[in-house]
Amino acid sequence: MSLLSIEGVTKRFRGLVAVDNVSLAVEQGAIFAVIGPNGAGKTTLFNLIAGVFAPDAGTIAFAGERIDRAAPEHVCQLGIARTFQIVRPFPELSVIENAAIGAMLRAGDMDEAYISAGEILRRLDLWDKHARKARELTLPDRKRLEVARALATRPKLLLLDEVMAGLRPTETDRILDILRTINREENITILMIEHVMRAVMALATRVHVLHHGATIAEGTPEEVTRDPRVIESYLGAEAFA
Amino acid sequence: MIAHGAIAQILAGVSRRARVLIGGLAIVMLAAPLVLDRYLLSVLILVCLAAYTGQAWNILLGFAGLLSLGHALYLGLGAYVSAALYVHFGIGPWLGVFPAVAVCIVVAASLGWLAFRFRIEGVYFALLTIAFAEVARVGFDHIGFTGGAGGFFLPVRSEDQGQWWNLRGGPTFFYYLALLLAAAAFVLCAALRRSRVGHRWLAVREDPEAARALGIDINRARMSALVLSAAMTGIAGVFQAFYANNLFPSQIFDISRSIDIILAPIIGGVGTLFGPILGAFVLAPLGEVLISITGAIGLNAPGTKALFFGLFLMAIIAGVPSGLWPRLRELLRLRSASR
Amino acid sequence: MTFSLYLEVLVQGVLTGLVYGLMALGLSVIFGVVRVVNFAHGEFAVLAMYTTFVLFTVLHLDPIVAAIPIAALFFVMGWLLQRFVVQPFIHRPQHDQFILLVGLAIVLVNALLMIFGPDSRHTNLAYSYDSWFVGPIIVDKVRAYAAAAAVVVTAALFAFFRFTLVGTAIRACADNLTGAAVVGLDVKKLYALTFGLGLACAGAAGAIMVALTDVTPMLAPSFTLLAFTIVIIGGLGSMAGALLGGLLIGVAEALASIIVAPSMKSMVSFALLVAVLALRPQGLLGKPAT
Repeated sequence: MSLLSIEGVTKRFRGLVAVDNVSLAVEQGAIFAVIGPNGAGKTTLFNLIAGVFAPDAGTIAFAGERIDRAAPEHVCQLGIARTFQIVRPFPELSVIENAAIGAMLRAGDMDEAYISAGEILRRLDLWDKHARKARELTLPDRKRLEVARALATRPKLLLLDEVMAGLRPTETDRILDILRTINREENITILMIEHVMRAVMALATRVHVLHHGATIAEGTPEEVTRDPRVIESYLGAEAFA
Repeated sequence: MIAHGAIAQILAGVSRRARVLIGGLAIVMLAAPLVLDRYLLSVLILVCLAAYTGQAWNILLGFAGLLSLGHALYLGLGAYVSAALYVHFGIGPWLGVFPAVAVCIVVAASLGWLAFRFRIEGVYFALLTIAFAEVARVGFDHIGFTGGAGGFFLPVRSEDQGQWWNLRGGPTFFYYLALLLAAAAFVLCAALRRSRVGHRWLAVREDPEAARALGIDINRARMSALVLSAAMTGIAGVFQAFYANNLFPSQIFDISRSIDIILAPIIGGVGTLFGPILGAFVLAPLGEVLISITGAIGLNAPGTKALFFGLFLMAIIAGVPSGLWPRLRELLRLRSASR
Repeated sequence: MTFSLYLEVLVQGVLTGLVYGLMALGLSVIFGVVRVVNFAHGEFAVLAMYTTFVLFTVLHLDPIVAAIPIAALFFVMGWLLQRFVVQPFIHRPQHDQFILLVGLAIVLVNALLMIFGPDSRHTNLAYSYDSWFVGPIIVDKVRAYAAAAAVVVTAALFAFFRFTLVGTAIRACADNLTGAAVVGLDVKKLYALTFGLGLACAGAAGAIMVALTDVTPMLAPSFTLLAFTIVIIGGLGSMAGALLGGLLIGVAEALASIIVAPSMKSMVSFALLVAVLALRPQGLLGKPAT
C-alpha cells in the first residue's frame, strides 16, 4: 500500500480547472517531486492534500485513510506536515517558539516540546538564532525555519513547496543534505514541489510532471527528462525563456 | 546538555532584576494600606481592577488576536447575576460568583459559536462584541427583576459591615481583594503564556492558516481564549457590584466601560504580561490627576477625562503602538523578563 | 384603522431608512476603497448634527439646506483626516487602525459633551408638525423632505462614481489596488478623496437627521453601530447594499417601536445583524468570499 495515494483528483475554481484528473502514488520512504511550469496546479494539488480545499472529484488517501474531506489541522495530526510556498513563520515569536509550536503536537508537555524544537533547530543550523524573532531572519533562514517547524510535528510525510527557490547554490546543497538525512535516517517520506531542477535531479526518486493541471509524465528523474512532452512543455520552454 | 540549560532559561525566563522588581512591587502593594488614606486607597483599588480586567482582555487580543470592544458585557452580567442572587435570594457573592461566571461563559460561548462557525473575524468580530453588549444594555433596561433602567441597588446596612463572606467590608478589605485578583490574573497569564494552550493562542494570533497546518484547531483555541477572558471579566463584575452597590445598565454595559477595560493593556502593551499592570498604574492616577486639574481650572464638564483618554489612546497607538512596557523593559534592562 | 397605522409606520420607516442609508453609504465607501473601518462615523454624523443645530439657532438656516455646506465642510475634514491621521496607519495592523479611530470617536463625542452638555437639543422647524394626507395615511412633511434630500445626495454620489473619471478611478481602486497603482492613479489622493466623500455622506445625513430627531452626544456610538449594522446587512463595499440595509433597518426600527417598544428598537436591528451574519455573512448584496 502506498503511503499517499491520489486518484482522479480534480479541482476547479470558477470554472477554471486547476487540477485535472490527477492520480499519483507516493511510496513509503520515497522522495517524490512534482514539477511543472508556473500555473500547472502544483500548489493547488498541495492544498488539496493538506486539506485547505476539498477536491471536486477523486479521492486522496493517506496510510489507507481517506483525507480528501479532512480539515488542515486533522491532516497534520494524521502525520502530514507542509511548508508554504510563501513562507509564513509566526513573525513576532522567537525561532524556538515557532519550532516548539510545531513540536507540541506530539510532545507530552511544553518542556519536551522545547527540547525537541531545540534539537530540530540544531539539525537545520538555526540554533544560533533560536532567541531571535522570526521576522528578523533572512529569507533562507525563514525557509529553513519553515521546514523546521513542519518537521517538529514529527510527520510521516513532509510536503515541501518550493523550499529551494531563491536560495544560493551553497544553501541549496545544505538543505539537500538535510532532507536526504531526514529521509534516510528518520524514514520521513518527502513530497516536494520544486522549480530548481538541479535539486530535483539530485534528490528525487520519482518525478511527476504537471502541465495545465494535468499529468503529462511520471517516472525516474532520468526518464522524465528524456520524455519529449516534458521537454516541449516545460524544460524546453524554460530553456528558451 | 546545552539544550536543557537553554530551555530552562527560556522557560524560566525571568531575570534576577525582574524578580527583584516583582518582589518589590508586591511588598509595596501589600504595605500600601498602612500609609495611604482612604482616597488614595480607592485609586489603588481602581489600579488593581484595571490591571485585572486588562489582563483578562489581553488574553483575547494579546494572546489570541481577537479584538473585543464589548467586554463590558461580561462585567455587567457578572455584576447583575451576583447582585440579583444576593438581593432576591440572599445568596452571597462567594457562592454567587459561580453562576455569574457560568452565565458569562454561556454568553461568550454563544458569541464565539456564532463568530467562529461563520468565520467572523477582525473588524466583524469586534462589531459583534459591541452588538452583544448593546443588546444586553438595552435588554437590562427592561428587566424589572433587576430594577430596569432605574438601576439596581444592593442594600448597604451598617450591621452587615465586616461580613467578608458577603463582600461587605471597608476599603482595606476591598483593596486586598482587588490586589489578590490582579496578582492571581498575572500569575495565571504568566502560566498560560508558557502553556500549551498559550502557545496555540499565539500561533492563531500570528497566522491562523499556518497554525492549522501545524495541527492546531483554531476555533477551539479562540473559543477557549474567549471563554476564559469572559469568565475572568465576569468575576470583576461581581467585585464591581459589591464594591459600588449600585448598577445601571446604561453604565455597566456601556461601550465606554468596554473602552475603559482596553485602555490599560493598550497603553501598557498588548500581548505583554506587565503591560496591563503598567497601563493601570499610568491610567488610574492619570485620570484622578486630570479630574483635579480640570476641576481647578474650572473645566469640570462631564467628558473631560474621557476626552483626554481618547487623545492619550490616539497618541499611544500612533507613537508607541507596542505600548509603554517594552520601552520600560529596555530602560530597566529586563531582557526576556516576560514578553 | 390598524392597517393604515402599519402602513403609516412603514412609510415612516422607509423615509427614515433613506437617511440612514446615506449615512451608511459613507461608511461603506470608505471601507470599500480605503479598507479602513471608520469607527468614528456616527460621531461625525452627530458632529454634523450639532453644527446644523448651531447654524439653525444662529442663522436660522434650515437643516435640509444646511446639508449642502455641511457636506462640503465634512468633505474637507475627511480629506484632512485621511491625509494626516489615517494615512500613516494604512499599512498598520487592522487592530491599530481600529483603536486609532475608537480613540478619535471618544475624543469627538466627549468634546461635544463638554461643549453642549448631555441634554438633548431640539430644533423647532416651521413645518415640523405639518403633514400630508395621502389616502388613508398621514405623511410627515419634514420626513418626506428629509428623505428627498437624502435621495438627492445619494443619487449625486452614484452619478459621481458612475459617470466621472475620478469616480471610475476610485471604483478601480476598490476593485484592485495594485491595478490602480499600475495605471498611474495616485492612491493616496484617491484615498483622501474617498474619505472626504464618506464623511460628506455622514455630514449630510447628520444635517438632515436634525430635522427628524433631537440631538445628544449619546446618539453618536449608536449611530456608528447603526451604520455598521446597515453596511453589514447590505454587504460591505456594496453601495446598493448600504441603501437596502438602510431601508430594512429603518422599517424594522419603525415597526419595532410600535409592536414592541420604542426603546427596544435597537434590539431588532441587532437581531437582524445576527441573523445576517449567521445566514449570509457577506451581506444581502455582498459578493461571497471565495
